[in-house]
Amino acid sequence: MAKIAVLVKQVPDTNSKIIVSGNSVDLSSVKMVMSPYDEFAVENALRHRESSGGTVTAITVGGPSSEKVLKDAKAIGVDEIVRVDCNSYMDSNALQTILSSIISTEGFEVVYCGKSAADTGAASTGPGVAEHLGWSSVSNISDSNFDDGFSVVAPMNDGNAVIAVSLPAVISCDKGNTKVRKPNVKGIMQAKRASVDVRSCDIPPTSVNIISQSLPPAKPAGKKFEGGQNASEVARLLRDEANII
Amino acid sequence: MTDTIVIAELNKGKVHPTTGELVVAAGMMGNSCTVIVPCSDSSVADSISSTSGIDKIIVAKSDIFSSYDASGWCSAIDSISPNGIIITSASPQSKDLAARLAARRKISVVQDVVAIENGNLTSPIYSGKAMQTVSLNGDAVISIRQNVFDSAPQGGSPEVSVMDASGNVTTAVKELISRASERLDVSEANIIISGGRGMGSPENFSHLEKIADTLGAAVGASRAAVDTWDDIPHSMQVGQTGKTVNPNLYIAVGISGAIQHLAGMRSSKYIVAINKDPDAPIFQHADYGIVASWEEALPVLQSSLSAMM
Ligand SMILES: Cc1cc2nc3c(=O)[nH]c(=O)nc-3n(C[C@H](O)[C@H](O)[C@H](O)COP(=O)(O)OP(=O)(O)OC[C@H]3O[C@@H](n4cnc5c(N)ncnc54)[C@H](O)[C@@H]3O)c2cc1C
Ligand SMILES: Nc1ncnc2c1ncn2[C@@H]1O[C@H](COP(=O)(O)O)[C@@H](O)[C@H]1O
Repeated sequence: MAKIAVLVKQVPDTNSKIIVSGNSVDLSSVKMVMSPYDEFAVENALRHRESSGGTVTAITVGGPSSEKVLKDAKAIGVDEIVRVDCNSYMDSNALQTILSSIISTEGFEVVYCGKSAADTGAASTGPGVAEHLGWSSVSNISDSNFDDGFSVVAPMNDGNAVIAVSLPAVISCDKGNTKVRKPNVKGIMQAKRASVDVRSCDIPPTSVNIISQSLPPAKPAGKKFEGGQNASEVARLLRDEANII
Repeated sequence: MTDTIVIAELNKGKVHPTTGELVVAAGMMGNSCTVIVPCSDSSVADSISSTSGIDKIIVAKSDIFSSYDASGWCSAIDSISPNGIIITSASPQSKDLAARLAARRKISVVQDVVAIENGNLTSPIYSGKAMQTVSLNGDAVISIRQNVFDSAPQGGSPEVSVMDASGNVTTAVKELISRASERLDVSEANIIISGGRGMGSPENFSHLEKIADTLGAAVGASRAAVDTWDDIPHSMQVGQTGKTVNPNLYIAVGISGAIQHLAGMRSSKYIVAINKDPDAPIFQHADYGIVASWEEALPVLQSSLSAMM
């Protein structure tokens, strides 16, 4: 029996347009979804439970509106859903301190998370939480196997490697060949009724402060040519104008 | 100003050229720069021993560095690294190490830095749809994207010392699954040529490979190509759920330019698009666009490039 946690985060749908007003990004009219890689984390967590028995708990750190991603995880099949109530900005150390504290007090043995969140793109949380806990970690896994001990497939030097992992560990998940299951009707009904376990926390002090958020500088319009024969002109520009060739 | 510590980027047993860019970034963050070279053979550090801007090189020698183990590398490097701002490259492995080093020291990490101004750090957020600038209050670990800073010139004579490092490995490689193709990986390449659904079939990627061979480039793909054709592995995918790349030149062939594809390549220095649809969104991001079918454009591109090399 394993006590399994999966970290999920709410982020803007990757199709959405990001708007900046004043000095910061304005998400008020953006559709929010579970960060894409977290879907693979949920899938791997459920496979782990299927092989060893036990429970999967989905955890998010966020405000009340982020409970939707917990309900989504519940609909796919996790057992418990927990929201650590915190709606303000946290730097990586603050977030990881909060996460590692709940993970150690609840006695989880393995934690799955996304390889990076679609908003930060940081890829810091998995390895960072592991270090806070003194656990091992493997990042960017593309597959997992529970038949002969626990092993994962992850990029290593020049290729992919099968890596044996001893627990406790934090596993950050890439897409790879993982096919995620979709919620069924029963799951969706259960998720509707499920109640979120809300925890409070003290936010540790932050040492990285946001000064501004802005749109990336617009790229000057490029040169556009009609017809394949112009590929020779583009090759010349790559040499003479861009100095690349 | 604090001290800075650069963790040299290693690739195939050599110091990667981006390390010189990290040294330049270090010069913007602090006044004294120590470079730590994690290796199992101390001669690899020779290639940076006359780089200017480095005060001290610590060659961290350990068998542990022959294969990546996050926890082991972190404890080994932490044990020999002085206090200060630690700077790594933003390759996937180094971002992982950066996050662990920060957590070990109970400081924060700022990933994917693309600009430094007065000690403030700018990184892309929302997959490059916006930029965020932060200030640091105290030490931190920062990772720097490749190809955005100039490289440090030659002409330095840093003091070099060799130290034995040790750490505990907690994961074990059972088996290496060799890479499907012997080609350069998109995450390592300075030039990438990628194909999308518009290539029509996986066999047609051979036309991209020919150009890649001429340029010393890697071949990438859109998700539509990876999902549609089994012969195009996920390791080639560029974008939101694939790899984020930052090459000098990105050539997109038969790729429409969906926002999730742009997420992985929009920060490339130069972008060339070949697409038969003049309204394809990719053209809004291309420095040079060619409205044509690839069947028409690629042979011309191939022969012009070959003539230049
Ligand atoms: C959560 C999520 C994550 C995603 N992650 C990624 C990702 O990581 N990477 C990614 O790429 N996509 C990703 N996508 C998918 C993305 O939205 C697009 O569907 C995909 O990028 C389209 O690929 P494409 O441009 O090859 O295909 P299409 O959009 O079908 O475009 C094909 C293009 O080829 C052109 N064409 C056709 N024939 C020719 C010819 N003979 N010569 C020249 N041009 C021709 C057409 O004009 C068209 O523009 C993601 C989507 C979601 C929802
Ligand atoms: N606020 C959060 N609550 C829960 N999980 C999170 C949170 N932030 C990040 N994570 C997890 O950590 C992963 C990597 O995030 P990041 O380090 O921000 O790229 C995400 O995919 C989530 O699995």
